[in-house]
Amino acid sequence: MIHFVLLISRQGKVRLTKWYSPYSQKERTKVIRELSGLILTRGPKLCNFVEWRGLRVVYKRYASLYFCMCIDEDDNELEILEIIHHYVEVLDRYFGSVCELDLIYNFHKAYFILDELLIAGELQEPSKRTVTRLVAAQDSLVETAKEQTSSITNIIAQAAK
Amino acid sequence: MNPFSSGTRLRDMIRAVRACKTAAEERAVVRKECAAIRASINEDDQDYRHRNLAKLMFIQILGYPTHFGQMECLKLIASAGFPEKRIGYLGLMLLLDERQEVLMLVTNSLKQDLNHSNQYIVGLALCALGNICSAEMARDLSPEVERLLQFRDPNIRKKAALCSIRIIKKVPDLAENFINCAASLLKEKHHGVLITGVQLCADLCKVSSEALEYFRKKCTEGLVRTLRDIVNSPYSPEYDISGITDPYLHIRLLKLLRILGQGDADASDRMTDILAQVATKTESNKNAGNAILYECVETIMSIEDDGGLRVLAINILGKFLSNRDNNIRYVALNMLMRATTLDAQAVQRHRATILDCVKDSDASIRKRALELLYLLVNENNVKPLIKELIEYLEVSDQEFKGDLTAKICSLVEKFSSEKIWYIDQMLKVLSEAGNFVKDEVWHALIFVISNASDLHGYTVRALYRAFLTSTEQETLVRVAVWCIGEYGDMLVNNVGMLDIEDPITVTECDAVDAVEVAIKRHTSDLTTKAMALIALLKLSSRFPSSSERIKGIIVQNKGNLVLELQQRSIEFNRFLQKHQKIRSALVERMPVLDEATFSGRRAGSLPTAISTSSGAPSNLPNGIAKPATAPIPDLLDLSSDDVPAPSSSGGDFPQDLLGVDLSPTLAPSGAGKPPKASTDVLLDLLSIGTYLPVQTGSSASHILSSSQDDKALASLSSLSANATSPVNAAPMMDLLDGHGPGPQKPTENGQAYQSLVAYESSSLRVMFNFSKQPGSPQTTLIQATFTNLSSNVYNDFLFQAAVPKFLQLHLDPASSNTLPASGDGSITQNLKVTNSQHGKKLLVMRVRIAYKTNNKDVLEERQINNFPQNL
Repeated sequence: MIHFVLLISRQGKVRLTKWYSPYSQKERTKVIRELSGLILTRGPKLCNFVEWRGLRVVYKRYASLYFCMCIDEDDNELEILEIIHHYVEVLDRYFGSVCELDLIYNFHKAYFILDELLIAGELQEPSKRTVTRLVAAQDSLVETAKEQTSSITNIIAQAAK
Repeated sequence: MNPFSSGTRLRDMIRAVRACKTAAEERAVVRKECAAIRASINEDDQDYRHRNLAKLMFIQILGYPTHFGQMECLKLIASAGFPEKRIGYLGLMLLLDERQEVLMLVTNSLKQDLNHSNQYIVGLALCALGNICSAEMARDLSPEVERLLQFRDPNIRKKAALCSIRIIKKVPDLAENFINCAASLLKEKHHGVLITGVQLCADLCKVSSEALEYFRKKCTEGLVRTLRDIVNSPYSPEYDISGITDPYLHIRLLKLLRILGQGDADASDRMTDILAQVATKTESNKNAGNAILYECVETIMSIEDDGGLRVLAINILGKFLSNRDNNIRYVALNMLMRATTLDAQAVQRHRATILDCVKDSDASIRKRALELLYLLVNENNVKPLIKELIEYLEVSDQEFKGDLTAKICSLVEKFSSEKIWYIDQMLKVLSEAGNFVKDEVWHALIFVISNASDLHGYTVRALYRAFLTSTEQETLVRVAVWCIGEYGDMLVNNVGMLDIEDPITVTECDAVDAVEVAIKRHTSDLTTKAMALIALLKLSSRFPSSSERIKGIIVQNKGNLVLELQQRSIEFNRFLQKHQKIRSALVERMPVLDEATFSGRRAGSLPTAISTSSGAPSNLPNGIAKPATAPIPDLLDLSSDDVPAPSSSGGDFPQDLLGVDLSPTLAPSGAGKPPKASTDVLLDLLSIGTYLPVQTGSSASHILSSSQDDKALASLSSLSANATSPVNAAPMMDLLDGHGPGPQKPTENGQAYQSLVAYESSSLRVMFNFSKQPGSPQTTLIQATFTNLSSNVYNDFLFQAAVPKFLQLHLDPASSNTLPASGDGSITQNLKVTNSQHGKKLLVMRVRIAYKTNNKDVLEERQINNFPQNL
């Protein structure tokens, strides 16, 4: 099971955190600090796994961002690499060649996508198309709702005149 | 409307945060935003609620506290619209976790949303439930989730399946409710549902044996078929990853089959064909394929199999191990570790490659490889492997040395068939990486050295050589200093020369030099310096000719700023000066340590062995040994009824004396307390940094007394009976504390001299008691006792003395400056007189005594010429 997902920039800034196991706010800060120290310092050609507190952290760097997932010792590290890539590909599809700035300003979108991919630290959907379709469908629900409110506000505003 | 919250949009806030150049600026922006959000929350502002929450989430990601927004999540979730709910649930998962009580308040909203007509809202609720639900919520909402497992939309079914995993993990009792629904998910065609269904079954098997039996009987066949279909499926673009259709599904199916096959030959038998197919047919040039192979190997090794498949699996791992990709090598090492219990021989074949991995540039691989290699070492290969590892130790990274050293030490100890090999290897490790050696390791080494009586000479010479070349390794210095102290005579005289040794010429002076280096080295820590002081004391008796020089070094440390060292120096100096007669007995060689007791102590200590998670037997604990089984505390355990023969114990632990905190105030005060458990045999013996006031105080006293007087034995047995009386500590105080109060018997140490009434008037009497230290006839120790014969108290009492040039006089402070009236107490003061013309001239002294009585200054002077002849 995946215990948490972290997105950390090369400068050590946190871009996204998702916790599937309970960690208090204090522990979270500590975990992030420890892992940034461990991962950001590793050289480019080394393996993508770090052993940490009896768990394994699988990380992969995409441009300036490190995608990290923490798993149990007996989980399949190679598969987690595929899941990370899977996530990145969906992000890429959704944003259209995603970059770090997309994830900063639209962090909630990155979360919505992650929530369609993983629940309870387990993989939910192997099809990228399905994930993008589901997120898009919910986005359009939001859009419709917004239009409705704004049209209602307009009506009220006009009525008020 | 709130004037603050209307201002910034989410995007503007993010921009403002990003524009901050310093952490302080960022904090200021965040503080301002938080204040605005709080104000908005207080006004119950509905229009901006979801914008506020979005901002709070960003602030939370930055690592700032956001607990005040928790209730806003609940309000958003409770609102009707999808956009509000969507952001509300996201905030809930981000800002809360299962341990917060607030979470309980959301149960009702969740229940409503799970029954909502909009499937996306149902999806949101399932997602939140799956990610953060607590045990109570799991219990409350389990029926809803069960129902949703049969929902018409597959995207809800898959979410419900993962949600069920969380529920059964939180409340395993609920597992049986899910067995049937989970089994029906296995027949699904939708990959998302199938994957999550398989995962649910695997987790059900973990919490319920009933589920395991059920799936084993009913589903094994079907799962094998599903795996075969997916392995043989034609190209499907939606699920394809580098030429393989849905590797995630492959992996989950293999994982579930592993659980079903483990411990069941029948089920295992049914899956062998498909496992063989996966193991042979899967492409291994891409990560996805390797991930499947990796999972397949693990399944093959876990199920019941006759061995045919295992050969295949080990071969795959062999191929992995020679792969250029570090990730693949890492997982190979990981898996070989599990394979060692199944087929150690097969893993042994890859030993050379594994050894190369220990030397890899990648820390993760090195760590794995070292742990694996640790398991592979046996009696036959230990010597070449240790040789390799020690050679690598010289060039390895600093941060890896700790792990490596621990493993080497553990292995050397485990397979030490010959003591000389053990000592040799340990010396190499100490010279290379002594700073990384843990305390118990060098303690154990000293223990072994002490037991190998035929190797004492060899060891001390080898240590001396090593010490000359690498003085930077703390533990090497410690062991060397200890051995030089104990076996210094063997170092100098080449005693017990082995054939393999090169002769070495070391003078007494060289040996003392070495210890002096250790004590003066800046990097030496307290323990090392304290040990060096003890070594010096020991050498002073081993090398009588260097004894003056040693005394000089000890005296230099009398002014040491570290209290422990200062105290030791002063005490040792006193030994050297005053107690010549018992010194050689005190600094005798350490008795051989009792092996059974020592290993018993170590075995009983913390179980965190250096060994790996695989639980390889190791007798080298990391932790500090647990108290109370040591011979010393037992022997001296004053609260116990049966005290072992005190005579032997007294003679056996002379070291106690040396390390003891001899401060007289400690001994009586500690005497009544139950003895504190010590931490380690050697630590006890060397008494480094540990204070054992009770045991050591009393034991010291009885060692001393037994060395003087056999009657002490009797007093010792009474000592155990009424240990609380402070009187028991008195013998030690008498001997070691010259200016302590009470009856003084210093003459017992040396020749007895008659006391002298040096001065007597109608108002004052001065008595001199004389003693000499053995070995220094020139020096006379004088104890002056002043008694007031008048009926008035004397205040500001001051005694002064002057001597001619051929004498040297040293005055210690007086015990008091107030002399009570009518002989009701006395003042004592110690003098030390060194007669440079001993034998030719007699002592002579002029004394002056000043005091105040009835507010009147009195001055009395006198020359003393009647000292005994032989002083």
